[in-house]
Amino acid sequence: MAQSRFPSPFEIEGPEGVEGWEELYPYSVSFGENRREYEDNRFWFWDSMHWGQALTPWDSTFMEMALASLSQMNSRHYRIPPADGVDFRVLYGYAYLSPVGVDPSNIEARVPQFMERAGHYFANWGDLYDSWLGKIRETIGEIEALDFSPLPEMEDLEIITGGTALGSGYELQKSYHHFKDLIFKTWQYHFEFLNLGYAAYLDFFGFCKEAFPSIPDLAIAKMVAGVEVDLFRPNEELKVIAQKAVDGGVARAFDNPDDVAGIQAAIAGSDAQAHWDSVAEPWFNFTSGNGFYHFDKIWKENPEIPYAFVRDYITKIEAGEDIARPIEAIRAERDRVVSEYRDLLDSDEDREAFDGKLGLAGVVFPYVENHNFYIEHWTMSIIWRKVKELGATCAKEGLLGDPGDIIYLRRDEVDELLWDYYSNWAVNAPTAAAGHWGPIVEKRRAIHAKLSEWSPPKALGEPPEVITEPFTIMLWGITSDSVSTWLGSEDDSGGLTGMAASPGVAEGKVRIVRNPEDVGDLEDGEIMVAPITAPSWAPAFPKIRACVTDIGGMMSHAAIVCREYGVPAVTGTGFATANLQTGQMIRVDGSSGTVTVLEE
Amino acid sequence: MCEACPVIDWAEMLPTVRSFTARRVDAVSDDLIVWYDRYERSQKELVGGKNASLGEMMVAELPVPPGFALTIDAYHQIWSHEGLVDEVNELLRSIDHDDFAANIETSNKIRAAIEAIEVPESVVEALTTAYAALCDHCGVEDVPVAVRSSATAEDLPDASFAGQQDTFLWVTGIDDVITKVRRCWSSLFTDRAIAYRHQMGYLHQAISMSVGIQKMVDPTASGVAFTLNPTNGDKSQVAIDASWGLGEAVVSGEVTPDNYLVDKVIHEIVHRNVSTKTMEYRLTDGGTVEKLEVNADRQNAACMTDDELKAVAILARKAEKHYGCPQDVEWAIDKHLPAGENVVMLQSRPETVWSQKPKSSISKGGGDYMSSIVSTLVSPLHNKKNN
Repeated sequence: MAQSRFPSPFEIEGPEGVEGWEELYPYSVSFGENRREYEDNRFWFWDSMHWGQALTPWDSTFMEMALASLSQMNSRHYRIPPADGVDFRVLYGYAYLSPVGVDPSNIEARVPQFMERAGHYFANWGDLYDSWLGKIRETIGEIEALDFSPLPEMEDLEIITGGTALGSGYELQKSYHHFKDLIFKTWQYHFEFLNLGYAAYLDFFGFCKEAFPSIPDLAIAKMVAGVEVDLFRPNEELKVIAQKAVDGGVARAFDNPDDVAGIQAAIAGSDAQAHWDSVAEPWFNFTSGNGFYHFDKIWKENPEIPYAFVRDYITKIEAGEDIARPIEAIRAERDRVVSEYRDLLDSDEDREAFDGKLGLAGVVFPYVENHNFYIEHWTMSIIWRKVKELGATCAKEGLLGDPGDIIYLRRDEVDELLWDYYSNWAVNAPTAAAGHWGPIVEKRRAIHAKLSEWSPPKALGEPPEVITEPFTIMLWGITSDSVSTWLGSEDDSGGLTGMAASPGVAEGKVRIVRNPEDVGDLEDGEIMVAPITAPSWAPAFPKIRACVTDIGGMMSHAAIVCREYGVPAVTGTGFATANLQTGQMIRVDGSSGTVTVLEE
Repeated sequence: MCEACPVIDWAEMLPTVRSFTARRVDAVSDDLIVWYDRYERSQKELVGGKNASLGEMMVAELPVPPGFALTIDAYHQIWSHEGLVDEVNELLRSIDHDDFAANIETSNKIRAAIEAIEVPESVVEALTTAYAALCDHCGVEDVPVAVRSSATAEDLPDASFAGQQDTFLWVTGIDDVITKVRRCWSSLFTDRAIAYRHQMGYLHQAISMSVGIQKMVDPTASGVAFTLNPTNGDKSQVAIDASWGLGEAVVSGEVTPDNYLVDKVIHEIVHRNVSTKTMEYRLTDGGTVEKLEVNADRQNAACMTDDELKAVAILARKAEKHYGCPQDVEWAIDKHLPAGENVVMLQSRPETVWSQKPKSSISKGGGDYMSSIVSTLVSPLHNKKNN
């Protein structure tokens, strides 16, 4: 039966045996009686696109900082006329978001503010983006310089002779505080351009839809897509390494990608290794996930992942395939598409507007595509490395039982832990940490495991009559249509609809891929069905026939990568991972955005 | 006698016709024939609208089945036959435009009179030679052809004769070709055509008839294509209606065709709706075209592959570019041609509905991108997502 609203967040019964789960997260992200009226009257959707798995306390940190930063740019910086922030909550470990609109009577007053503020960014985009690249590198440098090593038995003599008074204990406290600030800064930078980039893209998108009401979304994306994109660079470098391995006669070394030490010994001194060394920093600071989770694997630390891709490329090269990305052909095709649509416009005036909007979209789009490498991959790799370094120190110093335990502490609790560590180091007395945190970590680990098994509802609360918030539509692919599909989904005969994200029709067997570890289970010719896909799964794409995701719009990472690799994709179906099962035969029509179950 | 009718003065016309045809007949008899692949635009008045459009498609390198036009000179020659003019005029004068039943009878008499005229020797000779050449070209003895009326109306560029004159399909052998040519000529005097000229105030002698003779296509499927989306006028799309067998089923509206929307630029199939197609016109073993039931396993199946759909869209767009305005195209999938070359075009003519709507600018004169971004953000985006 179709429903008129989703269940209230207050009605949801979570999994058994998770009492106290709220403690894993700051009190401000829990649904609660204080704000019940506000919360109950809102529409909340589970952002499985970014946070498909139950959050640990540290995973939650990034969700909170990302959503607050996104919101701040809309509401306080650029004054996006109809949109304030995107509110966020955690329910039984899962992130629920709710776009906050602006009271219609206030929209007009924000227009001149937006024009001035956003106008400045659009007018100076190139310079600001160059400066952004500098800021990101500087932030990465600052994070890398943080020192979380154990406190010394005795301070260096220079502390004394220099008359600084401030010792390692102070530095550790300061470093941790600074670390939190730098993470926050990273997420502020992440959204410095993104919302505006989407706005400019949406404007071109809207113009195309008005000129050509039936134009496929894909065609619009094709006109704007960059040709040489930093996000694709890591994968391109793997192709170079594969070619050099073949040319240098060390191709066989990659036959067993899991034998990392064996490969490293076999290719030592080769051109392939030399190329690896020259590009690993920064390009292999590349995560196998989306960068938001503690379990995401980074290529530099987990070379078996890129080695497996290198092996696949070697197989193709040896089969005589040309694996190079045909840059010139891609550029020529994009130019053809642009000029043909342009020719189809009715007047020179329209062509002038088209040129202007496409021009602006072309200026802003490199950021939209590339920020993902700089933030989610590169900076987040460095951040997770530091979290692990801190965890290792805590374990080494007996504060926590295991280096991985730190992710079960909230970021403010780590402050307390480090104070305990520092102050008792100062006194030279036992810390309370091990006895205090040990049971808490164990309890939380068990709760988190139970939360991870739970299937959260797609949405909560009262759906809006229409969804107008542009970023919700653009990034999450959530529209009035998709919400009503979700509401009516129990009527469904097994078919799904979503965004026609990458064209083509394919049939094949379903493989449900819930997390990066499952990617390895994919077999040739299967259809990947995932909550989302991350760009770093790209090298696996030659294997699959099609891709279906629960959440994601035309500009989601999944859509961009699927188009790049010519794999049909339907994104934003809402229920694919819940309604489909591994082994089912389905048809994916990436042109119409439909998924049909052929046989069970 | 119809007092309201404009004067039907065949005497006025005949001297012109006589001198005209005389000049032509004295010249090379090949002037009676214009091959589509050698068509030049200056010959348009000689071959009529339908033939001219097929010739023009050849000029545009659109894949049209081979064939030729018998020019209006041949038609004019029959009017020099003793007594025909008087006989037809008498019949025309007897018409009462309100008496439909009687008019059908009168029309039949006029047609019979025209068809009874012996075809001039020069015309028979020219047709025989050209048909033989076509058979040779196709490598088939007595190649099946379509024999089509192609009316021409000098100084009446807006006249529409669509559907008024006869077309004969699967005509084989020169004798039958000649018979059908006569019937095309006479089809200028169907009751509908007479009534149309009456309503429009056109002179009967202002209209001449050329005939097209073109190799038949034996199609797996066929249909029509518009180079815009007829539901919203979107010029970036090609709308395709397709059904099994010959195109008559689609054109006449006897089946609900499969319906597709294909993007002109990236050739994506934006929309597909496969319907239940219960009947088709098909060539039988006996060489005749029959209306037959589609067997059950094909009724709900798509009648074209995606590659064929794309090929139709590409050809339709090519036609549109050539003619410089939106087109309404008839096409077919020839079962005797290999995949990749099996889409042929039968006709292309200007689309008339959306093309005549005034164009409204969508840029609203404002080149200011900030205002535009604001309006994009403020107006609900979903309203624009209506494909």
